[in-house]
Order: sequence, then structure tokens, then C-alpha cells
Amino acid sequence: MFGSKTRRRLLSIAHYVAIAAYVVAALFPLFWLLKVSVTPNSLLYSEGVRLWPSSITWDHYNSVIHHTDFPLFFVNSTIVSGVTAALTTLFAAGAGYAFSRFVFRGKVWLVGLMLVTQMFPLVMVIAPIFKLFAPLGLTNSLTGLIVIYTAYNIPFAAFLMQSFFDGIPRELEEAAMIDGATRLGAVRQIVLPLTLPGIAATLGFTFTAAWSELLFALMLNSKQEATTFPVGLLTFVSKFSVDFGQMMAAGVLALLPVCVFFFLIQRHLVTGLTAGAVKG
Amino acid sequence: MTAITIEGVTKNFGPVHVLKGIDLAIEPGEFVVLIGPSGCGKSTLLRMIAGLDDLTAGNIYIGGRRVNDLAPKDRDIAMVFQSYALYPHMTVKDNMSFSLKLKRTPSEAIGRAVGNAANLLGLNALIGRKPRELSGGQRQRVAMGRAIVRKPKAFLFDEPLSNLDARLREQMRFEIRKLHRDLGATSVYVTHDQIEAMTMADRIVAMNGGIVQQVGSPLDLYDNPANLFVAGFIGAPAMNVLAADCAQSGAGTELRIGASKLVTVDRTLDVARVSLGIRPERVRLASADDGVPAEVVLVEPTGLATVAHVTVGGQLLNLFTTERPRITAGETVYIRVAPEDVRLFDPETGARI
Repeated sequence: MFGSKTRRRLLSIAHYVAIAAYVVAALFPLFWLLKVSVTPNSLLYSEGVRLWPSSITWDHYNSVIHHTDFPLFFVNSTIVSGVTAALTTLFAAGAGYAFSRFVFRGKVWLVGLMLVTQMFPLVMVIAPIFKLFAPLGLTNSLTGLIVIYTAYNIPFAAFLMQSFFDGIPRELEEAAMIDGATRLGAVRQIVLPLTLPGIAATLGFTFTAAWSELLFALMLNSKQEATTFPVGLLTFVSKFSVDFGQMMAAGVLALLPVCVFFFLIQRHLVTGLTAGAVKG
Repeated sequence: MTAITIEGVTKNFGPVHVLKGIDLAIEPGEFVVLIGPSGCGKSTLLRMIAGLDDLTAGNIYIGGRRVNDLAPKDRDIAMVFQSYALYPHMTVKDNMSFSLKLKRTPSEAIGRAVGNAANLLGLNALIGRKPRELSGGQRQRVAMGRAIVRKPKAFLFDEPLSNLDARLREQMRFEIRKLHRDLGATSVYVTHDQIEAMTMADRIVAMNGGIVQQVGSPLDLYDNPANLFVAGFIGAPAMNVLAADCAQSGAGTELRIGASKLVTVDRTLDVARVSLGIRPERVRLASADDGVPAEVVLVEPTGLATVAHVTVGGQLLNLFTTERPRITAGETVYIRVAPEDVRLFDPETGARI
């Protein structure tokens, strides 16, 4: 009796230690980002490795906001990510619903095709995409990025949404349809409120994916007006030096929208990510 | 005019023929139970009446109107699902008023209808709760309430009691039946539980393999099953079916089980072997001079009655008696069967002869 109790306690301590170790390891880079962003340039290389600089400064933030194009990159990224997330979720919800509820000719092929698009590394398709986009005027434009991000995120998002729709019993819609709703009405009034966690998860996933995408943004857009912030971060790397302070300050600022976004959806997200685990 | 008419309805799911030509006329106010083993097509038929599945061929009429191409919402029927299908994000009240709101019923009328239904079902105290805060029986009641507020042309029930425990099932059986008596609405009820069918139905439709095997009142099906399937499916413990040899005996036919002469029926049979059906409660214990010997294999006392499993000529047979006979396993008893209690079936086709 006593032995098993002690063992249980030890096990639970071990659990917490493991979780703490993971959290520290995962968050440490973020801490370092914050630390460097407030370290004065003069102390960056002179203090050796310290957890916190002896004096801090907001200069980096100041110059990033007032003396660089970062506010513009920021707005660009927000537009691209926001619109991408909204469009992807809309299309993915439609596709996911169809995959979950309907039997139709060519379904297997369609699903297979969508999986195939996920097989190729982005680098391989960049050249053809550029070739396609240039005559359409979609290079050097935010629209082009939105189009390619949306297209690229839809397959995974559709499968994600499908799993959420699969978790909602078909009978609920059938009951609503018998109660006098059209299929669309049943989806809107019954299925949609129940899929909110799934929608939140999909929004969050796509928003982050678009927010941090570098390759397409770098290759398709070269003009300042259409630059997103990951590309913007690279401007701190010059041939002879890297302005770590400003880069990190920009990085911290770039984290903020994602944090705000996740804060807004987190209530739905937690239920969303665990929804598949326990069949209601 | 019939309430629901089903005319030559077939349903194929790809190469699988689920329903093979169903004809059925349901009278207004009738409580019809569709019964059969899983996969017999009973639920599919119900879903087709509701408009949730398409017909491959045939016609369905509700209140004289052909509804083949009508959306579920336009059929004016209510359905109670096995899983209850309550809207999880809505309160009991919202669940029950959902259909009326869609019909743009004035809110006073909705309030009145929901209030009446809640009264009828004893749901008044639960009206503000969400489905997850309710017990199985309460959810079942809300599902019923959602159906009755609408005053539909017909109620459809898809195994509504399967998820309840035995005692609650018994109680809900009674309540659904009482509700039907009070409301008098046409009801089609699907179940695989023959007790539900027997106790609730005005008429039972026994189905198997996508075909209607027999339609009739519960006792009709019990006493005069049209074939071996119905004989075996209706009644618990099930009807005994024995392989019997026929021997002409004067104007009648002697039916033998192995070496034992079980019973003589007063009709001539031009076959050598028949399947002999006899209800367990019609097998009586007798004395050595007017019975055939049977060996007791197992005795199951239930308090209300005793079921004895015995063998006659090597074939197993159940005997059901409300007297409490002092018999034990291994013993030899004598049984007697009256000719009028015997039902004969063709061993090949299973059809009644």
C-alpha cells in the first residue's frame, strides 16, 4: 500500500520534471530573443554569456518602429495571413464537410490528389509558380502570396476540418432537416456552432503558417511594398554584419499578433485539439 | 385514406440490395412496428419515409401525397433517433422549439407548445438545461418532446430505447405507448427487440433480408407465424422447431421425433419430413402413459416461470411452465403436445404448411 503510494508520487514528480524540462527547452529561444532585443549594442559582445544584461534599452524597438519599413511589412503580413487564414478555412470547411458527409464519384482520387500536392518540397514548385504568376501580375503583390498560401494550405486544412466534421454525428443534421431546416440551414445552425473549435484550430494553423512563410515571400516579391516581415527580417543581415538587436526586436514584435490571435482562439483551440480524442 | 403508403419500394446501396420491393399501408393513428435482425432494411425503410435516404424504385405517400422527391423538412414528420440527436449547444427548451422557430411560429404559441410538451413529459424542471446535463432517460424524453411539439402527420422512431437500461426501457415503453394513446398520431417504430414490438404495436411488420416476412397484430404473428423466420424471431423463449418425420395414420399424420411419436395431426401431409414448431408454453409435462420421454438437460427457474431444456429423440426443446415442477437435470420426464398447438413448416423454404 505505502510502497505503491510513494511510487505514484515519484512518478508524478517525474512527470512534472519532464514537462518543466520540455517547457524550458521550448521557451528558452523566445527568452533569448527577448533578452537580445533589450541588450544595448555595446553590451552584446562585451558581457560574455549572461542570462540578463546589466542594463537594458528600448532603442532597438524604437529604431525598428521609426526608422525601418517594419510597420509596412507588419501590415503586409497581417493582411496576407489574415486573408489566407479566412479563405483557407472557408474552402477547407466546405471541402472537409463534403469529404465527411457525401459519397461522390472520384472522392478517393480527389483526396489522393490533394495528398500528392503535399508531397513536393516547396523549392521544387517555386520556379513554375513564378512562371505562372508573372504574366498574371501576381508577383510583387500581396494577392499572389494570398493565392499561393491559400492553395497550399487548403489540403491539410481540409483534412483537419474533415476530422472535426466526422466528430459531429450525422443524426444532428438529419434531425434538424426533419425539424424543418434545409441542409445549409442545418449546417449553419447546428453543425457550425459545434465546429467552432475546429474552425479556430484551422484558422490558427493557417495564420501561423502564412505568418512565418519565407520562401515564396522571398522569391515572388522583391518590392518593398509587397514585402512581408519574415523577408523583412533578412534586411538586418547585411554583407558584413548582422544587427542582432534590431532583428530580435522585430522578431518580438512579430510574435505579438500571433500571440494575440492565439489568445483569442485558445478557448476553442484547447477543446478543438482534444475533440478527436474523446468521442462524445 | 391511409396515413403512409409504401409501394414497391426497393433500395440498393451499390451492388447490395437492401430492400427488395416493400409494400405497406399504414392507417391513420396506427402504431406500426418494423422488426427484424440488424441489416434487414428496417432502418433504411424508416429513413426513406423520413426522406433521409433516396428510393431506388417505388413510391412513398404520406397523407395521400407522393413524397419521393420531397425534402425531409417538407414531409411534416417527426423522428426520434437512437442517439436522440439532441442539439448539444441548445437548452432543452431550444431543442424543443427549434422546429417551431424555423416555421416562424409566434413566440407565445411556441411557449405554449413547449410548455404543454414539457408538462406531458415531466420536463418542466429541466427546461433550461443542456443535453449533457441530462440522464439517458431525460434525453429520451426531450427527444420525444421535440417530436410532439410539432404535431406532425407521423412519428418515426428509430430504435429509440436501445441506449437505455432494461428498467428504464420498460418505463419508456409504457410512456411512448401512453403518449400514442393520448395524441393518436400515426407512428412507425423500428426495433430489433421483439418484446418492444409485441407490447407496443397495433401491427407488426416482420422483416428479413429486405423482404416483409409477415404483417399482422402481435398475437397473430405469435400464434400463426407465416414462416420459420417469424416463428423464431417473435417470442422469448423462441418457438421450438424440431425436425419431424411424417407417417400416415388413418385420416391424420403421425409426427415422429426420432423414435418418439410426439403428436398426431388430423390432416394428411404429402411430405416425408416437416419442421414442427411448438411454443415452449404449449409443451406440457405429462405422465408416463400419455407422454413421450424426454431427458432434462437444464432447468432455469426465473421465479415467474420455469424454463426446462429437454431433449426428445436427440433434439433440444424448451418447455415453459408457470407451475414449479420438481425436476432436475439428468432426470427423465414425459411431455405432451396438443395437435392444435403444433405449427408445421416446410423444412426447405421455411414457409408454413
